[in-house]
Parts: sequence; structure tokens; C-alpha cells
Amino acid sequence: MSAEPAADLLYNEVEDELRIPLRALLADRCPTGALLTRIESDELYDTKLWAALGAELGITGLSVPEEQGGAGAGWRETAVVLEELGRAVAPVPYLGSSVLVTAALMAADESRVLPEVAAGRRAAALAVPFSTSPGRSFPDTVRLSGSTLSGTVTSVADALPARVLLVPATGEAGPGLYLVDLTAAEDTVVLTPRRSLDLTRQLADITLRSAPAVPVALGTEAIRVLEVALTTGAALLASEQLGVAEWCLTTTVTYVKERHQFGRPVGSFQAVKHRLADLYGLVSQARAVARNAVAALDAGSPTVALEASLAQAFVSEAVVETAEAALQLHGGIGFTWEHPVHLYLKRAKSSALALGTADRHRSLVALLADLPPAV
Amino acid sequence: MASAQPARGARTDGAWTADRLRSAVQDFVSAHDPATTDPVEFLGALFDAGLAWVHFPPGHGGLGAPRALQSAVDDELTAAGAPPRAPGLHTIGLGMAAPVLLTFGDEAQKKRFLRPLFTREEVWCQLFSEPGAGSDLAALATRAEPDEATGDWVVNGQKVWTSVAHEAHWGLLVARTGPELPKHQGLSYFLIDMRAPGVEVRPLRQATGEAEFNEVFLTDVRIPDTHRVGAVGDGWKVASGTLMNERVAIGAGAMPREGGLAGGLARLWRERPELRTPGLHSSVVRAWVDAEALRLTAERLRQQLAAGHPGPEGSAAKISFAGLNQRMSGLALDLLGEEGLGYDDWTFRRPEPDDDFSTRSYGFFYLRTKGNSIEGGTTEVLRNVIAERVLGLPPEPRTDKTIPWKDLPR
Repeated sequence: MSAEPAADLLYNEVEDELRIPLRALLADRCPTGALLTRIESDELYDTKLWAALGAELGITGLSVPEEQGGAGAGWRETAVVLEELGRAVAPVPYLGSSVLVTAALMAADESRVLPEVAAGRRAAALAVPFSTSPGRSFPDTVRLSGSTLSGTVTSVADALPARVLLVPATGEAGPGLYLVDLTAAEDTVVLTPRRSLDLTRQLADITLRSAPAVPVALGTEAIRVLEVALTTGAALLASEQLGVAEWCLTTTVTYVKERHQFGRPVGSFQAVKHRLADLYGLVSQARAVARNAVAALDAGSPTVALEASLAQAFVSEAVVETAEAALQLHGGIGFTWEHPVHLYLKRAKSSALALGTADRHRSLVALLADLPPAV
Repeated sequence: MASAQPARGARTDGAWTADRLRSAVQDFVSAHDPATTDPVEFLGALFDAGLAWVHFPPGHGGLGAPRALQSAVDDELTAAGAPPRAPGLHTIGLGMAAPVLLTFGDEAQKKRFLRPLFTREEVWCQLFSEPGAGSDLAALATRAEPDEATGDWVVNGQKVWTSVAHEAHWGLLVARTGPELPKHQGLSYFLIDMRAPGVEVRPLRQATGEAEFNEVFLTDVRIPDTHRVGAVGDGWKVASGTLMNERVAIGAGAMPREGGLAGGLARLWRERPELRTPGLHSSVVRAWVDAEALRLTAERLRQQLAAGHPGPEGSAAKISFAGLNQRMSGLALDLLGEEGLGYDDWTFRRPEPDDDFSTRSYGFFYLRTKGNSIEGGTTEVLRNVIAERVLGLPPEPRTDKTIPWKDLPR
């Protein structure tokens, strides 16, 4: 395989500077104590926090060019935001709106709704099951008839706080991607919340009954745009997962230094130390893989699909392993509802199923790296 | 020895930039054509110009410039067709002796040793491990006793796992000078002449059949006190600095996608469809993914180093490299089936520096990679190192650090 110049896997100054106010805002507005209260309420999504990300920090449209209402930065900066949101398991529709729908609208050169989405004024969701992997056939559960859509889409992420949906649908002329304005849809669109494994990213089922829709991309272009969105999502989800894994590792290291049993900190036992040392290695590898995927996206690399699947194949397993170990190494307190580690385990495992499991992405790696299966 | 001629291009305020160093290299190669200059002479002139290691002080192969600028010099030299810097026989000299001499050596030692080390005229080896002191290096028993009459040190003991000892002119030696002190305090660091009377080097046959390493027996070997590095009793401090360099050297090699064993395994998979099974497919793809993750981690580490912010991830990467190499070579044998039952060569011989390892069988790699999790710090000890030094977890309770070395159970 040809050697390409190595991607920049570090964080630049702009990215470092972006992280500081965001981390401070999340510590202030989204502490784990407040999250534990929120999961008992009916409002699992934090709409105030979402508004702050858009209006106060201006980070909901980082990848969008300034002339289209964004910040004119890129996916590298977006990835840093995702790391921090993952670290806080923040219940905001960033992945759905600022990544999946934004990537699709940018790929389709759509400029009517994009500025509103980029500014965070209208959260948007991509109406596919959250488990959808790149490389799958175009969804066929929604039908186009005239200029309206009918059908159902299950397990959609970030739909509940959304004002606009981007819906893949098929009609007589083939596949298409359509915008559905939820503020004008009235009872033609019904969102039914799903009881979700991940309490900080609640899914919803969507039922469309002759919902008015505006086409964004049609035919093979629709297929391409959806694939771009899913690949971008898979690549960037790894950064969110990295943030989740980092929280799990640092929180556990802190805990085992404080917790005493047998007259010693439990972190002085080799069984504990060795597991944490291995997790440290795993997280540092996850960071390199996640940064590589983001760098490939940002550079428009020809191997971006491979780098995205590589990231999901590796980081999805790494984040689950780290979160499972975090719960275990916290002992009894880690198994309680009152300790936040379960929120991270739920996010970790759900995110590993999201946008294709590690196994599915390994199949994509095998395909893209020419490692054919046994016949 | 030629007198040091600092390269042109230093700013009046003494600060160096990558651009200025590049033009210094261009001036250098126009005066010393790499195509026609004898390699030793070329390297010697490079040393004298301060371009050997730009962060070393002037007169000792450097310019006192930031370390991060070395890559600008190396890139420019490579572009000009200078001989590659592949260390080969000189890994210990360039990777360990040079930094130790820089940090702990006195002026006379730097003057005597750095230049012939850089010109490859003198080969170095490292005499640390002993049969009774592997992971617990500070327990080592090789004695260095002062000879009051001459001021020399007289050394007796046995060292093991010594690469290139049979080629070496000089060795980095840690020996016990204070057996009545706790073990870390009673060590001193020496430069030993490997051609001196009383130094006996024997090849050490390993599980692969060959002998990459040596045992070194030291019997009444005399070392002048001027070849002691650091104060008497400071041997542990000096040695710890060297070991750290070794871990970086082993754990952070940058390579292209499908470099190393991952490439061999991928090619084997592609070229031999009749060997494929679904289970092995899953294992091969997992190994490919893990190899990429490690390659990118090493690349990120290299970028951190180049940016002047070395990260502590090297030890963790070394653990994973060892495990992955072991997994991949075992997997290749599984894939080969009947062919995996054979072995290419059990001859007791020393490998040559230019041996082509890519022609060795997977049986060889399966056995050789078993050493990867032992050499340069066992995986188990490195996990402790990461847990304690990187994560800040409390150390194991220990009883061996405060009592005199001579009273330790062994």
C-alpha cells in the first residue's frame, strides 16, 4: 500500500483554545449531578445548553463556511467539541445536527436551511436508525408521494429536540433526501420517544403521514450525500467516544487513589494498576486513531472511508472496554444509580452500536484494505 | 582531530531557526560532497560543524540550538544525498552513550568519546543486566573496587543480554561500589574498554537457535577513575536516564501502513486464498486494525517529539507492539497450517547486521517476538511504570529499598 504523508495527529493552538471555554461551560451548566437529576425528568435533552453552544460559544456550525452562517473552521475543531461533549455526556443534539445533517447539507450544497442549523437556531436530525452504518443500501421505509413523505423511521438520534428533519425516502424516481420542517408539519409528523439504553441521547421513532417535504438531493446524488453524512458521522463519533473513554479513565484513576481497602489505596494493588496501565495505552491509541480519521475528513483524503471505519473498528471497542473497566474498578459504588459512571457505560455501549458496530466496520476495513473474506 | 568550526548562519543573538540551519547544511554539503567524501571524514566534518546533534553544545557536535530543529538538518542532509543515519551497530552509541555523555559526562569524556562515536569509528555496548538482576536492575552484583595504589577500579562480575559486545570498543557499565549501602545508592557508572584484559565475551544462544546477544564475563578488569561517569554512588541516576532513551527507541519507530509484520500477514492473506477461514479472517482484520492503531500512535508520539513535547505514551506503545507482534506471528503460523510446522534454521550463529530478516520463516518470528515483551523492560514492569509514573498511582509496598544491598535475600 502506498505511503502517504502522515496526517497531523496533534491538536493545534486554535483547537486547544476552543476546548477551554467549552470545558468550563460544561462544568458549570452540565455537571454530572445535574445530569442524574435530569434523567429522572421528561426532558432528557438539555435545550438551554444547546442554545448556549450556539449563541454563546458559536460552535454549532464550526465546519460550515462563514458565508453559509458557520464559523469557517473545520472538522478538526468539531472533533474537539465532540471530545468535550463526550467527556460530559452532554445531552445535546450536536452529533445529529452539527455533524450528520450539517455534513449532508454541505455535501448537497444546500444553503437555505444550513445557516439556521449552523447557528444552532434550528437543531436538525438525520432520519435514519442510529445503528445505520456507512456502506448499507439506501433506506426504503419512507415513500415519496407527490411532494409529501409517508412512512416510519425507528430509533433516530437527536430527533426529539430537532426543528427540522433530513429524511431519506424513495419515490418512483428513486432515492432522495428531503427536508421536513417540524415547526410547520403539525400532525403529519409524530415523534415517539423511545426508552433508550443511553439516557443522555434519547432516541425517537418518527412517523410521517403525508408530511410536506423539500428535496435536497435526488438519485445517485442522494445516495452519495447520505454516505458522506454517515462516513463523517462515523469518523467524528470516534472523537466523542474518546472523550467518554478519557472521563472514564481519569475518574477511575482519581477514585482508586482515594478509595482504601486492606489499609491501602486500592490503586496500589497491581491487579488494579495493570488494568489501568493497559487502559491508558488503549486510550492513547484511540486518540491517535480518532485524530487520524478527523485529519482525513478535514483534508478530504481519498481514503476517508477507510480511516473512518478504522476509527470505529478500534475506538468503539476501546470506549466500551474503558467504561466497563471504570464501573468494575469503582466497585460497589460504580454499580449504583447515584454514581454517574453508568451514564458513561450506557453512552459507551450505545455509541459502539451507533453508525455501525465495530464488527461491521471491520468488514468495511476488510473491503477497503483488500483483505477479502474466506469463501 | 579537526578543530571545531561552527556552521555559518548563527544570528547575532545566538538564536537558530530551521531556515538558518538549512542554509548551514547547504553550505556544509557544498564544501563536503557526500558522494565523494569518505564517510568517516564526512561525519567527522559534520560533527565539527555542530550538525551532529544541534542541541549539543558547540565543540561537542552541536550548536546549542533547540532539539526540535534537528529534523530540519536531517531532512536537508538526506535531500543532499548524505549517508542515511541508520544506527545499526551504533544503536547503543548514538541512542544511549551520546545522551549520557552529554548529560553526565565531564569535558574530557565528551572530548574523547563523542566524535569517534558519531563517526562510527567506535562501537558501544551496554553492560547492565545480569543473571541475578533483570527487571530489578538495581540489585546487580558486579563489583567495582578501588585500587588504592593506582586509583583505578577493579571490576569482577557477569553481564548478560549484551548486544554487539563482540564488536564493541567501549561499554556502558553499571557496577556496585557500595555493597554496604541500600541497593540504589551503592552503584556507579563507568565507561569500560571492551578490549581490556579480563573482558571475555561469549555468544548467548537464544530460543530461536541463533545468538543476537552475549554474555560478558569481567575478571579483574581495570578501569581508570577518569572513565567514571557521575559521582561514586550516582550510577542509578545515570543509568535511569539511559533506560528511558531505550524505551523511546524501541517503542516509537515510525513506519508506513502495512509496515512490519502486519504487511507480511496481509500479503500472506491476499496471496494464499486457499488458506482462508472465517475465523482467521476475523483475526487477521482485527490484527490489521490494531497494527494501524499502533502505527498511528507511534506516529503521533513522533510528532509530539518533533514539536518539542515528548509524551509518556512510549512505554504503553511498547507493551502493545510486543503483544501485537506475538499475536500476528502466531496467527501467520495458524494460517500456514502444515507449512507452519517447519522451521528454517536452528544454526547457532550470530546474525549479521545486513541479514535480511524478511526471508526468515514465521516460526522464527513467532519465537523471536517472545523476546519483545521481555527486552527493554518486561510488559509487567512497564505496566507498573505507567501506573506509577504516568497515572500517579501509589507504588507497591517495598522492603528492599532501605536495607543494605549485602543483606538482601537472594
